Amino acid sequence: MLRYTLKRALSLLVSLLVASLVIFFVVEVAPGDPAAYMLGVNAQEDTLAALRAELGLDQPKLVRYAAWVTGMLQGDFGTSYTYRTPVAQMVADRLWVSLPLAAYALALSTLIAFPAGIYAASRRGRAGDMAVMGATQLGVAVPNFWFAMMLVVIFAINLRWFSAGGFPGWEGGVLPALKALTLPAIALALPQAAILARVMRSALLDTLGEDFIRTARAKGLSPGQALRAHALRNALIPVLTILGLQFSFLLAGAIIIEQVFFLPGLGRLVFQAISARDLIVVESVVMLLVFAVIVVNFLVDLAYAAVDPRLRART
Amino acid sequence: MTRGPSLTFWIGAVLSLSFVAAALLSFLWTPYDVEALEIANRLKTPSVAHPFGTDHFGRDILSMIMVGARTSIAVALVAVGIGMGLGVPLGLWAAARKGGLVDEVIMRGNDLVFAFPSLVIAILITAVFGASALNAIIAIGIFNIPVFARLTRGAALSLWQREFILAARVAGKGAARISAEHILPNILNLLIVQGTIQFSLGILAEAGLSYVGLGAQPPLPSWGRMLADAQTMVSFAPHLALIPGLAIVLMVLGLNLMGDGLRDWLDPRIRVARA
Repeated sequence: MLRYTLKRALSLLVSLLVASLVIFFVVEVAPGDPAAYMLGVNAQEDTLAALRAELGLDQPKLVRYAAWVTGMLQGDFGTSYTYRTPVAQMVADRLWVSLPLAAYALALSTLIAFPAGIYAASRRGRAGDMAVMGATQLGVAVPNFWFAMMLVVIFAINLRWFSAGGFPGWEGGVLPALKALTLPAIALALPQAAILARVMRSALLDTLGEDFIRTARAKGLSPGQALRAHALRNALIPVLTILGLQFSFLLAGAIIIEQVFFLPGLGRLVFQAISARDLIVVESVVMLLVFAVIVVNFLVDLAYAAVDPRLRART
Repeated sequence: MTRGPSLTFWIGAVLSLSFVAAALLSFLWTPYDVEALEIANRLKTPSVAHPFGTDHFGRDILSMIMVGARTSIAVALVAVGIGMGLGVPLGLWAAARKGGLVDEVIMRGNDLVFAFPSLVIAILITAVFGASALNAIIAIGIFNIPVFARLTRGAALSLWQREFILAARVAGKGAARISAEHILPNILNLLIVQGTIQFSLGILAEAGLSYVGLGAQPPLPSWGRMLADAQTMVSFAPHLALIPGLAIVLMVLGLNLMGDGLRDWLDPRIRVARA
């Protein structure tokens, strides 16, 4: 397990290094002068020069890259040009909305998808299976932000159970904050749950055909018992893969859903930064998102090895 | 035993092809001019004159849906083209050099691209070059490359073990020729099925990007943009949000059903990861 972990950790580091290089060179080097992009076409030459010096743009590219990376490693993401505040602080504030939202949605989608997938697999080919599969077919076709708007129309505007948007902050208590995140989390979770339920069902059906399930049944276990005691654990590998992949969709989805509910999360930060040409903020948020995706996939790899000992032996 | 495609396929084909037909028809004819503003007729609910109603500028929503279908389909289709055009050759190359340096570089490169969801690529591109439908195409297309590269490599690897490939090698054919003449035709079905899946994901991605303002820009009508415009008006004109959303759902549903039907019809044994 240690060798496996070390090997994975090494490839994690390489991925992060290459990703940071790509982001840095796309944002800072590709087309001309970032200072000119930030200030727009009508900027004065001396203003441009001042901004260039402030951003350190007069130094060689590799020096700037090294400074950017070492800064990030120490928690220093630079200073936002438009807000004149440390980017790290801005990102940290917004993370307290986006991360709980993604986690809430992940929990909801797992809670919906696991029982739905298990139920469908145990009723294979019968009406219950067809109903679940039909629902998931619809679920994967629905854009989450549109679903979010429909939730607003029904539950906020007509029924008035929830507010249509905004976020009270965590200072006012956990419950009001969770309530504000509930509709966004549902909107985010349902399409993901549809995918997850399909994967759960087909993974279970695969393992149910295996010899060890037949053995378990021969020992006298009921189909339901065999499914819960033996098939479920073996079906977890593909399910974990999808959960890992879904994390990046959830993060991306959260950024879009925040727009529907006017939530002050990473999404709003990055879109404001794009319109203000605040490239330092964009660069940092993108790096953070990519970092999150790479680390989650690393954790999923480790989880595989924990679930399936054969994988540890193979590498 | 030969059998035709299932009912699922036909339902999906009719659904998605009717949107394609509407998009093509919009080049020749739309019920109203999508750029003509008629403020007197604004926010009309569906009627005989305007089957889907009008928006806040008095534009006919049916006409906008037709023209918007053009944008969605074009973006998603070209993005699939980029993914296939680059991903398939890379996957074939990696499989032909299995375990070698080329294979390793291609597969690690794929892993890296997977770490950039298309929204993140779009954010990067837009921050640097500005928002446009072209950037949406590039962002979705880049994300499609590793999807096709992995699928192609996996399928090609198992074919390289087969006798007919060995026969071709004995006949003196090189790896590139074997890949083109023997491997590619045998994985074409798989690629077509995955193509319809990525097409439907592309429609969803384009709608999302346009909704947050990273995709198609006005005056180019797009389903995602229509939803963004509708957002502030859902409380008094819910049809503005309902109709473009339903268009997306039906188009994507149609493509998915078609993909499922194709998969079962072309090769019942091959199961494609639908995630």
